Amino acid sequence: MVKKVVSNWTKFPEIEADINDFLYEEEVSKTLQNNVNIIARGNGRCYGDASLGARIISTLKYDNILEFDKKNGLIHCQSGVLLSDLLSVIVPKGWFLPVTPGTKFITIGGAIASNVHGKNHHKDGAFSNFVSSITMLKPNSEIETFSKESNPELWDFTCGGMGLTGIILSAQIRLKKIESSYIKFRSIKARNLDEIFKLFEENEAYTYSMAWIDCLQTGKNIGRSILMLGEHANQQSLKRSKDILNPKDKSLFKLPFNFPTWVLNSFSLSAFNFAYYHKQRSKVVNRTVHYDGFFYPLDSILEWNKMYGRKGFLQYQFVIPLEKSIEGLREILERIGKSKFGSFLGVLKLMGKEDNSISFPIKGYTLALDFPIKNGLFEFLDELDEIVLKHGGRLYLSKDARMKKETFWASYHSAENLRKYLSSSDPKNKISSLQSKRLKIH
Amino acid sequence: MKILILGATSDIGIAVAKLYASKRANIILASRNSRRSIPLAKNLEIRYEIAVDLMEFDGINYQSHDDFVQQLPDDIDIALCVFGYLGDQEESMKNWKEAEKILTTNYLGAISILDQLAIYFSGKGNGSIIGISSVAGDRGRGSNYHYGSAKAGLTAYLSGLRNSLYTKGVNVITIKPGFVATKMTDHLDLPKPLTNTPEEIAQLIYKAQVNKKAVAYPFPWRLIMFIIGLIPESIFKKLNL
Repeated sequence: MVKKVVSNWTKFPEIEADINDFLYEEEVSKTLQNNVNIIARGNGRCYGDASLGARIISTLKYDNILEFDKKNGLIHCQSGVLLSDLLSVIVPKGWFLPVTPGTKFITIGGAIASNVHGKNHHKDGAFSNFVSSITMLKPNSEIETFSKESNPELWDFTCGGMGLTGIILSAQIRLKKIESSYIKFRSIKARNLDEIFKLFEENEAYTYSMAWIDCLQTGKNIGRSILMLGEHANQQSLKRSKDILNPKDKSLFKLPFNFPTWVLNSFSLSAFNFAYYHKQRSKVVNRTVHYDGFFYPLDSILEWNKMYGRKGFLQYQFVIPLEKSIEGLREILERIGKSKFGSFLGVLKLMGKEDNSISFPIKGYTLALDFPIKNGLFEFLDELDEIVLKHGGRLYLSKDARMKKETFWASYHSAENLRKYLSSSDPKNKISSLQSKRLKIH
Repeated sequence: MKILILGATSDIGIAVAKLYASKRANIILASRNSRRSIPLAKNLEIRYEIAVDLMEFDGINYQSHDDFVQQLPDDIDIALCVFGYLGDQEESMKNWKEAEKILTTNYLGAISILDQLAIYFSGKGNGSIIGISSVAGDRGRGSNYHYGSAKAGLTAYLSGLRNSLYTKGVNVITIKPGFVATKMTDHLDLPKPLTNTPEEIAQLIYKAQVNKKAVAYPFPWRLIMFIIGLIPESIFKKLNL
């Protein structure tokens, strides 16, 4: 076996690992039996080391759709199926993903292991709410198909458990009915943090909501942002009647994010944030847009991660409980504004209630930021961690490549239960990742 | 359009099935353990709304080949013979069983079923027969000459079959991949610029079939094999290839 150099989306960390892929169940069973310290990896779109380890099992070739009940919107697929693939099959039949993160280039297995959330988390919760069953190769080599009801403990530590309970082989997903592939989109400008919070709360009835936030503002402009709201467009509300269930974006108007990477490179961050905010002239804009531009604006710039250069970048995503959100966010934004670490992307969202014991979301505001790696960044993020902890928040494991184990243990109240569970379900350490070792989970 | 894939659980077999399914061809997946192809069959039916059938086929069980072809539906347009066995050269020098497996799978098994398919397609008076040979058959190398000799035999056979079936309206295609990143080669450290993916080989097969080619190499193997062919044997024998 030849070792390969591998890293995830942020290019950090970059490691050498053995990588096994598989086409058939018996192949992955054999790999599990003959090895220890293995971890499953999908499309490598997590922002850290959760799917990195000494031996990686790639699920990418295990990508068959096994059943599709077009009438009731149930789909059963192997863990390596990409959401982009799934969309191209289900959208023409009038179905959509019930929950989708900001990229469609992730696998079903990854979506469950990270228990991803989307713009509708405040209404619908995380991905696991729409998973009716999971089939898993467990560390003891048994294959088990389970649901939330049939094996609540395994379910609880699998959804959001970063792949540590076993290798997800397939899952059944309940889809969402749509009449068109278009979104009724509304965007509202907010001058500062108080205003954007108020707007989020006023618009909680919207199915989809999130905001772009300009992280370089200080003083009274802190929190300057644009709120993006959306609802699936029904048939009657569209001007066109043909071809309204198309996974490809055929509309003329696209969300303004399609510039090539060289533009992004040459922009200074503040100029970009300024332009982005002022591009929208009026306070409120209403449009009908294709879902692709609404949910996946960055997917159209295929390798946008490369704009951060060879050293890579880190993404920092935290959530702070509602009652402490505004205070915590203000403190963090102030700290960023004063630092030399500008962030190009800031995504703010009001989340709904906690989904299960190990998943990231809690009721409150979450902010995601990108930082190019340079000297002092790690220390700076440690400082931000302290602010997050002080306000009772936590960090998203799928975005994490660097948090200290103390931070994890202080913020995830189920950490000890997970550790105990893993030490009994996997006493031989069949499964572990760089992240699980760094955080001393397993 | 309907394509029969013999060796459907192989990486190239799967890639070809996916590509032809995306062109809306109906597919028969044949392999020694056809149950393994059920997920792929369902997947292709769901994604492309085509019909996929499964058949049991064992390349080295020659006696079964006659029956196998008898059971085929009469509307197959393309037959692809993609099963093979690379084996281990060192092992095959020590152990005749390994050498025999390489020779029977890659040569005798292929020829036995191709003979039957030649009769099937001659009767129809149209269609394509595609055989996956290898650049290893163009010149024997120290690292895999049992495999290479079997593929050399297969190449010669396909050339003859092409000549023989030309007047019957049947096109015979020889595909000669170089290095392909598959399960069969997973343990080898292949030079990346010279290694094709199964998907690239599937594209090569599709283009060769549509354009009624006789022999197809993936880039840049035709050139490489031309150069390798020019090396005098007195020098070639000293090379570590």
